[in-house]
Amino acid sequence: MTTISEKIFSRAVGKEAKANDFVIADIDYAMAHDGTSILAVRSFRQMEVEKVWDPSRIVIPFDHLAPANSDTTAGLQQDIRGWVRQQGINNFYDIGNGICHQVLPEKGFAMPGKLIVGADSHSCTYGAFGAFGTGVGATDMAEIFASGKLWFRVPESIKVAAEGKLGDRVYAKDLTLKIIGEVTASGATYKAVEFYGNAIEDLSMAGRMTLSNMAIEMGAKAGIVPPDATTFEYLKDRAVSDYEPAYSDENADYVGEYHIDVNSLEPQVACPHEVDNVCGVSEIAGKKLDQAFIGTCTNGRLEDLEAAAEVLEGNEVAVRTIIIPASRQIMKEAARKGLIEIFLDAGATMGTPGCGPCLGGHMGVIGEGEVCISTANRNFRGRMGTGGYIYLASPATVAASAIKGEIADARNV
Amino acid sequence: MIKGKAWIFGDDVDTDVIIPGKYLRTTDMQVFADHAMEGIDPDFSNKVSPGDIIVGGNNFGCGSSREQAPLALKHAGVGCVVARSFGRIFFRNSINVGLPLIEADVECEEGEEVEVNLSEGAIKVGDRTYKGQQLPDFLLEILSDGGLVEHRKKQQQG
Repeated sequence: MTTISEKIFSRAVGKEAKANDFVIADIDYAMAHDGTSILAVRSFRQMEVEKVWDPSRIVIPFDHLAPANSDTTAGLQQDIRGWVRQQGINNFYDIGNGICHQVLPEKGFAMPGKLIVGADSHSCTYGAFGAFGTGVGATDMAEIFASGKLWFRVPESIKVAAEGKLGDRVYAKDLTLKIIGEVTASGATYKAVEFYGNAIEDLSMAGRMTLSNMAIEMGAKAGIVPPDATTFEYLKDRAVSDYEPAYSDENADYVGEYHIDVNSLEPQVACPHEVDNVCGVSEIAGKKLDQAFIGTCTNGRLEDLEAAAEVLEGNEVAVRTIIIPASRQIMKEAARKGLIEIFLDAGATMGTPGCGPCLGGHMGVIGEGEVCISTANRNFRGRMGTGGYIYLASPATVAASAIKGEIADARNV
Repeated sequence: MIKGKAWIFGDDVDTDVIIPGKYLRTTDMQVFADHAMEGIDPDFSNKVSPGDIIVGGNNFGCGSSREQAPLALKHAGVGCVVARSFGRIFFRNSINVGLPLIEADVECEEGEEVEVNLSEGAIKVGDRTYKGQQLPDFLLEILSDGGLVEHRKKQQQG
């Protein structure tokens, strides 16, 4: 019996596709950002193809080094803007619109049953909507620009079931880190993960995006939440096309199953330098910090900012604290709700909606030996700056830690 | 046949250590080459000789989709990467930029002579032989054309 991935690929290929089949699939939507479009456009030009296959199916957000931080970046971005105009790509979102993985869902491109490919590893975020979202590199993206098609090996699937109720100040991020700790950083390599259980069903779209976003940190090709009323409600008046949800059959073939009980889950922290190096916050509390960062495609959404504001309100941060909403829309809502005032009163600094310092390019790079707690998805060696140490946690844990100047449990602040 | 000296790396070698994010803002291949594997061994690009072979553990190349990672290794002179498993985007990217790679579980010491026969999926370390995961023909074809861009151009002409 078939999995969600097999169903989506069967539709995209036009005939039955089973796990491990090599197929050539039609892509529904393709995304490249400022960082990866540079090489994708370079490869596209080298392919000597004049026009992209379908400009209406290509989305280009600028988020990685946006606004530009140097002459070189400015020149490369200028080139891409020109190419976007020349190709007639209207779904172009320039600096400040936000992070690609927030912008595509907000604009209604992430829909159930679709095959969405991004030139960014966290394109698995679209799995939160029941899409098969996956990341590729620049030359694969150039091939999609040229033909609208790409080869895939249809993945086998792993089932992760989470049951129970998240406790006070325990969030989707904590559940996600717990799952990665169990599955490990390579436990889902080449495979798709499907998420089930009432703890997943209870998650908001923002929470599901946190979860699917980090599927790649287990090596997964996709991390899919079956669409339900929460999904359809989010997509109402937003989806850019019709869509047909795909669900797995009752006896679908899974190559692995994990069961997580979330009832007693405490806030989780991923310690340097691997995302699966996960422990409960109580085991690492007291670790001295130099910087705190709240934002990114993992945790820069409105409910993340609300969770952080709840902790920060009336307090002052003890370390430099950077807060970056994932999109302009979120920043606007945060301003309207008074969250930005709470952040500024607490001594935090705000950045332009985008990736910020997550990948060590600008806006908060850390120094040799410095320690940062972040709501991002990666704590790889040197990612935010050479010789730095990154701890990953939920927005509430990061906010509590910022106040204390050391890793702290938000339930005790 | 690819033949070279082995450089040993462990499990979960991520793309941030293969080429740190700060070097990505260019299309100059030499910049990528100069900083290849810098996150683990800052001197790697000076020490590696053309044709040398990287032998890694599980999940080699995990992390970001940056194609600069296989480009860095290729332009630094790496002839092939042998690992027990690969990050899947790194795997695709390597084929697409023409960096040979193969999944195999081999025992190997740093500096040993390694021979890879991609089309047969066979690896020789010293006098020991190993069977790796053979690549399907269409991927071997892309590799032998020097990557996806060249492969596509050849098909357009053909």
